[in-house]
Amino acid sequence: MNDESQRIPVSTDQDVVRVRQLVRTVAVAVKLSLVDQTKLVTAASELARNTLVYGMGGMVEVSRVHNDRRGGIRIVFADQGPGIVDLDLALTDGYTTGGGLGLGLSGARRLVDEFEIETEPGKGTTVTVVKWCR
Amino acid sequence: MERVPVLKIGDILLVSIQIDMEDQTALQLQEDLAERIVVTGCHGVIIDISALDIVDSFVGRTLATIASVSRVLDAETVVVGMRPAVAITLVELGLSLPGIRTALNVELGIEMLARSREDEYADDDEDEADPATVTTP
Repeated sequence: MNDESQRIPVSTDQDVVRVRQLVRTVAVAVKLSLVDQTKLVTAASELARNTLVYGMGGMVEVSRVHNDRRGGIRIVFADQGPGIVDLDLALTDGYTTGGGLGLGLSGARRLVDEFEIETEPGKGTTVTVVKWCR
Repeated sequence: MERVPVLKIGDILLVSIQIDMEDQTALQLQEDLAERIVVTGCHGVIIDISALDIVDSFVGRTLATIASVSRVLDAETVVVGMRPAVAITLVELGLSLPGIRTALNVELGIEMLARSREDEYADDDEDEADPATVTTP
């Protein structure tokens, strides 16, 4: 299913910039449209920041994927942080525990085609997103 | 950490963001600008984001804060040069940047600032003219 993947540890502000740059490079390589590139890089920036700020750091993995019809990108954001107690609330626009705008998680979900989140209090959170070429 | 330069041109502070900013860089810019507004007494700030290929919620919030802080310090902020894909993404993200004035490019931003400054002076003149017309027979 996936041919190659690259991993970036996320433990500083600078790593969030690196994640954006890697996602942009791969998005261009799989020929996402400009608007879709912009949406995916923006979503990746929000989610990588969440990994850093709420997850106390973690790992981001970017992979090229394809099904029988088209190609795309899958990005996995994994941390071993405190996890999310109330997922529905965390996915609500404007809800934040960190002093931000509360748009990171909910906004990122709107910017991608597939969005999955696994979380367990005390164990950590893994967010997986996919963006397909049109 | 890189730093974004702030240029003074007449009564305007011009910032052109040419790098993919770390969060700390964005916060530093916010502080630098507030400082420069006070030191220079400039009444306008133009932030050119034409080189930015994304604006996420953090940068969006920083721009909104810069605009609010500037207003408190008697300076008007105009964000210019937003790319179409960035505008589409920002709105879908849920960030419509309320309270931020925008223009398509630096030139139009400068015009916008000049106009709003003129309007302000015009209002002031009227206020001063009113009592004069009453007392003069």
